[in-house]
This record gives sequence, structure tokens and C-alpha cells, in this order.
Amino acid sequence: MTMTKRNKAFLLIGLLAALLLAGGVSYYASDSPDGLNRVAADKGLDQQAKDHAAEDGPLAGYSVKGVGNERLSGGLAGVAGVGITLLAGTGLVYVVRRRNAGSLRDDDGDDPGRAGLAGQHR
Amino acid sequence: MHVPDGFFDVPVSVGGGVVAAGGVALCLRGAHRELDDRTAPMAGLVAAFIFAAQMINFPVASGTSGHLLGGALAAILVGPYTGALCVAVVLLVQGVFFADGGLTALGINMVDMSLVTVLVGYAVFRGLLRVLPSTRKSVVASSFVAALVSVPAAALSFVLLYAVGGTTDVPLGQVATAMLGVHILIGIGEAFMTALTVASVMATRPDLVFGARHVLPTLELRTTPATVGGS
Repeated sequence: MTMTKRNKAFLLIGLLAALLLAGGVSYYASDSPDGLNRVAADKGLDQQAKDHAAEDGPLAGYSVKGVGNERLSGGLAGVAGVGITLLAGTGLVYVVRRRNAGSLRDDDGDDPGRAGLAGQHR
Repeated sequence: MHVPDGFFDVPVSVGGGVVAAGGVALCLRGAHRELDDRTAPMAGLVAAFIFAAQMINFPVASGTSGHLLGGALAAILVGPYTGALCVAVVLLVQGVFFADGGLTALGINMVDMSLVTVLVGYAVFRGLLRVLPSTRKSVVASSFVAALVSVPAAALSFVLLYAVGGTTDVPLGQVATAMLGVHILIGIGEAFMTALTVASVMATRPDLVFGARHVLPTLELRTTPATVGGS
């Protein structure tokens, strides 16, 4: 895929904004339970709630395990999350694009040959 | 709005997983119609941006917070199929790496926060654009309302699922009222964040806003030899 300088600049600025939010601003986010958790606690929806299977993971709870400083730990976890999500999202799009490129004709979304080809991948 | 493990019984958890898997499969098929040289690099960024924005919980009432869900935003920026995939990726990363959202509830979370927000948000967005004048302001205003409506829609979807397969016997009417009330407030925050983001992209690169394509056909990129060397 072609990538112009303008597109690169835009993507870079967008990524910087995401890193700033996850790595810095997130420290100032509200610690209160979110709407669902609050209602669940108030009305008793959570009486059978179970601990998360990955609650001892290195990034569980948006903090890096072993980093004592709360701001640093949360910021690093946020940056890691942005990186993981960017890779996963871009990777998925790349796979979908490759599937597209394998069809008979490009640019025409209504290509009847495409549905069959896409189906073969599953 | 991430549902933890243990809120839902096995049948509804499995059912949610099946619906989510079907939705993702449908989106994988639909997404390649939306992905071109402009939207494809945007999709990864949109997912990363939504992950970041979801970390910013804002206070909505005493002792209660909310955060962006991002379905409406993603659908408007990169298209509904690709947008739903972006949010699904965010939910998967949060569940697996950050212990946010139960792994057995991943399907339910994808249904509520990816499929429902995208379906409702994008339908409202396109419906409004059909009746509003074809201007940038209309795109931003429509994104505001679309985001606002998408959050209580997701909350309602949760309550309906809980009515079918919740693990605790609770007064459902009260739960529905409480969920809708607080998520209308969160929806207002979602609306401002979505409109602000869409307005920012519209101001700098309107050609990168998928949902504005039908509104701004004159903004197609054109290459003219006369502009070579000038920028």
C-alpha cells in the first residue's frame, strides 16, 4: 500500500496522541468504578463474580508488575497496551488486505468471485 | 462496561461467544470492501487510540466513572466492519493482557461494546447525514449524536442479556433504569470525545474520515502536474 508523507505525518501524530493518553493522562483518570461495576455492586449483579484468569499477569490491572512507582507502572502499561493493540490491529488489517489482494479484481467491492475466495480461507 | 467472569451463566456466555465469532467473521468479510490505501493504515491507529482513550475514566456521578467505548468513533473513521474489528481487537487485548473483562465474558463484551455500539452508532450517523445538509458541521454533529446513543444501547444490550442468563436473581427493572441512567451520562462524555476526535480529523484530513465520503465527494485527492514541486 502506498503511503504518502502526509499520511505518515498524520499516523505519527495520532500515535503520539494515543501514547500521551495511555502513558501520561491515564494517571489522572478517575479511580471510581465504571457505570456497569457501580450498578452491579448496587444491585447485586456481581454476587457470583469470579477473579480474572489472568489477574496475575505482568500487565494485569493496567500496571506493570514489579514497578513500584504508580505513575511509571501505569504509564508503561499504557504504552505497552498501545503498542500491542497497534500491532494486533495492523496485523489483522494486513491479513484482511492480503485476502483482498488474492481475489480476481481489486477496487471493485462487488466482485462476485471474492466471496468464494474469502470463504476458502476458513 | 467490561463484564467480568461469573456475571453470566454458561449458555449465555457461550451464546455470546458464538454471536461474537459470527460477527467478527462477517466483519472480516465486509472489512476488505472498506480497506483501501487511506483506511488500511488508519485501522491499526484507531484500535490503538481507542485502547488509550478507554484508559481515561472520567467521573460522571458521585463515585461512578465512565470511559469511551469507541464503536461509533471507529465506525465513522474507518467504516463499520473495520470499526467493529478495531474494537474487538481492543477488547481481546484488554481481556488477555490487562485482566480487564472476563475471558469467559469476551463474547458478551464484544456483542455489547463492539457489535451493538457500531450497529447503532453507524445507523444513527448515516440516518442523520441523510437528512442534514452535506457539510463538515453535519458530520461532526451526527457523530456526536451517534456516540451519545450508542452507549445506552450497549447498556440495554447488557441488561437484556442479563435478563436471559445472569447468575443472580435481581430486580431487572431497577437494573435497567440504573444502567440506562448512568450510561446516558457516560454517553454524553462519549459524544464529546467522539465529536472532538472526528472534528480534529475533519479539520486536517477529511479524506481519512470514512463516514464523510458520501458527504464530501469533492474532496477526492487529485494529482495535477502543475503542482509538482510546490507544497
